[in-house]
Order: sequence, then structure tokens, then C-alpha cells
Amino acid sequence: MEINIQKRVLEKNESDADRNRAFFKEKQVFVLNMMSSPGSGKTETLCRTLEQLMPDIRVGVIVGDICTTNDADRLSVTGAKVTQINTDQFGGDCHLAAHLIESSARSLGCDDLDLLIVENIGNLVCPAEFDIGEDARAVVLSVTEGEDKPLKYPLMFQVADAAILNKIDLLPYLDFDAALAVENMGKVHPGMPVFELSAKTREGMEPWLSWLRTKVKEKLG
Amino acid sequence: MHEMGIAQQLVTIALDAIPDDIENPRVEKLNLRIGKLAAVVEHSLSFCLEVISKDTPLEGAELVIDAVPVCLRCESCEHEWQTDTPAFGCPACKDGQVTMISGREIEISSIELADD
Ligand SMILES: [Zn+2]
Repeated sequence: MEINIQKRVLEKNESDADRNRAFFKEKQVFVLNMMSSPGSGKTETLCRTLEQLMPDIRVGVIVGDICTTNDADRLSVTGAKVTQINTDQFGGDCHLAAHLIESSARSLGCDDLDLLIVENIGNLVCPAEFDIGEDARAVVLSVTEGEDKPLKYPLMFQVADAAILNKIDLLPYLDFDAALAVENMGKVHPGMPVFELSAKTREGMEPWLSWLRTKVKEKLG
Repeated sequence: MHEMGIAQQLVTIALDAIPDDIENPRVEKLNLRIGKLAAVVEHSLSFCLEVISKDTPLEGAELVIDAVPVCLRCESCEHEWQTDTPAFGCPACKDGQVTMISGREIEISSIELADD
């Protein structure tokens, strides 16, 4: 006997994400989901970004990590409200699911925030699959990785609204072809803005910051 | 690896779908639709399912996966096409916002019960 079901397997996560979206709308906070592979310099990019945006924009951060609170400790220095999710209590998951964001966002409050950044777990596969109720997604790639990463992990670049190519200060010492990397991102996601920058030297930060400021303003109205 | 989470949801949805009046139900097949772009590794999924369906009506069920192709639509010129490569630019107008029509699905279409 065949029983017809026709259900999306991640339906539960999707309804959790919708609930988050309603909560963020009510709290008038713009939510950015930041994703990358491990070691791309996502935390450093975030630290520099926070330094530049605050105090004009009030920022909170939810940091996801499989274990350790190292990233949260680094980010707290900026003065942003930071909370940490360790997924090892949940089986060492490689992504943040919507229900985890819900409890963290509620404990963070969000009443006094304009921007909430979720630093997702370093992984180019699984986080792309899980809607957390965010307004925009940014993916960070660094010049120490392969130029073909966008082609190897197309879903991540397809679902991103913007990409950062980080560590451009290292380009003189590497064989990395930045133009090819940007071209590959464009193949996977035509029209996606790509910001080439160095979080370390702060070179190229401004276009990225201005993109983010604009997005936050659009939501706050 | 998120296949474990997916397998857990699969088991929950499948068990919910079995009518209460069937005695000792045994699921022979789990029919899924998985988009080519969904980051699901079939081998990992079947392994996870095997582990967590133990001692349930789903134990030993066969996973039948219908792979859904990646289909795209260009919002500028309305051209629709299917692709096997990760290059998603519109071949007709070389421009425009591209929307994915299919290719990201992770769906359970049906289950098949043994008729004992
Ligand atoms: Zn077109």
C-alpha cells in the first residue's frame, strides 16, 4: 500500500524561520546571516565591520560554533551585544537551525538593536540549506582558498545576497586569481555584489559597509 | 553533516503518515524527491536513516530517490532552462536576475507499506 505524503522535510525549520521573521519585524531589527568556510576570516571581518558601524548602528551578534567561545570573546571587545550558541549540545551540528536562533534572539532581547548578525558555523554546505528567518545572507571567501569554491559549493553562493572576498592583502604572495574567483561567483549567482577587501588592513571595507548600512536603513524605513 | 537532522525529520513525517489502524506496519520503501543542488549526500542519508530507524516500522526500508534537475528562470527575459553545471547565468540575454524554479527540494513524496 502506498501512502501519499508530499511534504518538505525541512518544513519544521521553515515554520520556525517564519516565526523568527515575524519576531524580527516586530522588533524592527535587520538580520544578516554570515556564512563561510572555516578560516576565511569571518570573525575578523565581523570585528572590523562592528568597529565601523557602531555606535551609529546598534549591533548584536549571535555566534555559532561547534564548541569553544573564542569567536564570541573576540567580538565582545567591540562592545556589541554578543551571545554564543554551541551546537555540540545538539549533536555537533554543522549549521544553525531556526529554533536555535529563536532562543538566542529572545535572550539577546533585540529591543535596542538595529542590526543582528548571525555568525554561522564555518561550513559552505549545510548552513545554505537552513532558513533562519534572516533578511540577507553574506558569504565570505578568502584568497587562501581555491578560485573554484563557488563552483564546488554552488548552493551557498546561489542563496547569498552578497559575497566578500577577504585577505586581498595576501594577493602579492599567492597564485590566487581574484578575477577568476569573482567571475566564478558571477557564474553561480549573476548580479550578486562581491566586495574585495582585507579585514586585516581595512582596505576595501567601505563598499561593504555601505551596502550593509543601506540594507539596514531599508528595513528600518 | 546535516543528513542526520534530515533523516530524523524523515522518520517523524513517515511515522505520522502511517494510519493508526494498521497492525505492525512495515515500510518497504521511502520515496523522496531531492534537488540536484540540495546539499544532500545520498550515501550519508541512507546511513543515518538506517541508524535511527532501527526498531521502528521504517527499519530496513529502501530509500528511493528521484533526483530533481536544476531549473532556472530569468526574470528579465522570462527564459526558462535546465542546467547540469553550476553556471546559472541566463543563456538568452546574458543578464538579469535568475530565479531557481527547482533543484533545491528535499521532499518525501510517499511511503510504501508491505501488505502482509
Ligand atoms: Zn534572460
